[in-house]
Amino acid sequence: MNEIMDILGSAGLWAAVLRIATPLIFGTLGALLCERAGVLNLGIEGIMTFGAMAGWLAVYQGADLWTGLLVAAICGGIFGALHAVLTVTLGLSQHVSGLGVTLFAASFSYYLFRLMVPVAGTPPTIMPFAPVDIPVLSDLPFLGQALFNQTAPTWLAIGLSAVLAWGLFRTPLGLAIRMTGENPQAADAQGLNPTALRYGAVIAGSALMAMGGAFLTLSAFNSFFPTMVQGRGWICIALVVFASWRPGRALLGALLFAFFDAFQLRLQTVLTGDIPYQIFLMIPYILSIIALAVMARRARVPQALMKPYRRGERT
Amino acid sequence: MRLERREHLSPLRAVTTPLIAVAVALAIAGGLIALAGAPVLQAYGRIVTEAFGSRLAATETLTRAVPLMLTGLAAAVAFRARLWNIGAEGQLYLGATASVTVSALLIPDAPPMIQIPLLLLAGAMAGMVFLLLPLWLRLRFQVDEVVTTLLLNFVAVLFVSMLIDTVLKDPLAFGWPQSVPVADNGMLPKLISRSRLHIGLIIAVALAVAVWFVQSRTVFGLQSRAAGLNPGGAVFAGVPLGRTLIVVAMISGGLAGLAGAVEVMGVKGYVTTDLSPGYGYSGIVVAMLAGLNPLGVIAAALFTAMMYVGADGMSRAMGIPTYIADVTVALSLLSMLVALFFTQYKVRR
Repeated sequence: MNEIMDILGSAGLWAAVLRIATPLIFGTLGALLCERAGVLNLGIEGIMTFGAMAGWLAVYQGADLWTGLLVAAICGGIFGALHAVLTVTLGLSQHVSGLGVTLFAASFSYYLFRLMVPVAGTPPTIMPFAPVDIPVLSDLPFLGQALFNQTAPTWLAIGLSAVLAWGLFRTPLGLAIRMTGENPQAADAQGLNPTALRYGAVIAGSALMAMGGAFLTLSAFNSFFPTMVQGRGWICIALVVFASWRPGRALLGALLFAFFDAFQLRLQTVLTGDIPYQIFLMIPYILSIIALAVMARRARVPQALMKPYRRGERT
Repeated sequence: MRLERREHLSPLRAVTTPLIAVAVALAIAGGLIALAGAPVLQAYGRIVTEAFGSRLAATETLTRAVPLMLTGLAAAVAFRARLWNIGAEGQLYLGATASVTVSALLIPDAPPMIQIPLLLLAGAMAGMVFLLLPLWLRLRFQVDEVVTTLLLNFVAVLFVSMLIDTVLKDPLAFGWPQSVPVADNGMLPKLISRSRLHIGLIIAVALAVAVWFVQSRTVFGLQSRAAGLNPGGAVFAGVPLGRTLIVVAMISGGLAGLAGAVEVMGVKGYVTTDLSPGYGYSGIVVAMLAGLNPLGVIAAALFTAMMYVGADGMSRAMGIPTYIADVTVALSLLSMLVALFFTQYKVRR
């Protein structure tokens, strides 16, 4: 019991929560934006992997960190466009197209990485983002270490969730995107262009996913290795349902999830030997499944999610 | 320019579609090979010789095709009924582990005639159970099985890793993370001597034919296809949707579990956490290339195995990254999806 209180009272735990949550916030917001327009994007796992690779590679080749993040976002957008061609223009199964994009983006990123970076004993590294020093706040006792010692992309992710919440629910464009996800026929009748809106949402959402991947190589770690995304993309897809397709709740969900993850990591070191470490590693995935089971029926799914739209064709 | 739905699909087009898709994928992969600075035409030739150029190469390709046929069938059966089982990878690992457990811990001395069928059954059962869980979540809580089966893949590998560290730990492996071996009586007989090819190939082909028969010639087959084409209409026509999906899940999960059992009993002999180089995921590609046709799965699995064995050997010989095999297989899936579109629609000016 005392050990648990020690863990909860350590600044390191709370700093880790924000760090673990950041790629999930990016990814969940990206997936949420796609789904609000009616497109499930299972390309997320591969897009995050490619973003992690592309961002890292750009910096390794001499670009600065923000350029690396931008390169990742652009690459993500390109894969998003591919997914949009398959699912919006051609109206193919969003499940299978997304998995195809994931398989392609992941294997292609490993291929390019191996092509550009020769095999070495230790993987090459870059100088990652440094924590941002916020005047006064960062110097607060405990809180400074716990909350105000993060890298810039973390603040960007939190800011973006507010921007997305405002954009989706307080602007005409957001209304148009949500309408396309609920009833594309009606959106079309209003003079909106569902195809263009879906393309835009999927491309922008995929760019966000790739930025989440890039956070892993540009801030959380300083090198790239295959399989480093470790199912984070799938967890984001689960978090979107948990968040009931709302950006604010997506932020909360990612933080809650990251809290459990950071907590189990520390519990592992305390309870070493008693419980196999694999049990702890399973927790994030099992938690996601439980969250889905609890929320799935209560969540309000965008009504046209996974339904292709073609003008003049009955669905 | 507009799109018009085709009324029916000619058999010729059904066969040429995957061939065109594969050709397009290979052409794009050629671009990537050129990017790596290797001669493209030579590389293509090398893929074929590495996969079929010698007796050893050909048997290796066939050996590699066995688990791909089984996971391909698992995906094809499930996708037909719109049960999105993306969890074949996890089911494969649990199937392999179940058969090792039964063989090494329960009946190591049973004669092959008894032991082999029991081990195959144990593998299939493990796969089944592991897919029934997400199906139950779907039927009970309306949870999309895509995400749950994907997440369960990670849980399965961790679970297997835990067993290898504890109850299934091989005391003779000098600390290597591998399970106790399958008893000699539980290993599948070789099909061709001095090769790794085992009778799993015959099992897989026989199951493909069996699945084809069930799907196209039985009431259950019709019901499962109806459940996929139009669930609402199927219920209206009296198809018990829940029960149909449960049987589909048992077949699909069973086939994926069997893939693991066959791989461990035919090739590896023991379980490690790198038993499968993504057979579960490649099975999805195999199923799509086959147009979800169980007999087509045989051909699609052979092509995919050829890509893995051939492109792997080619990339080593020519000094380009071995990931080219994965890239080509993934590209085949994407181009097959586009090709499928043109089998359903024609473009009119």
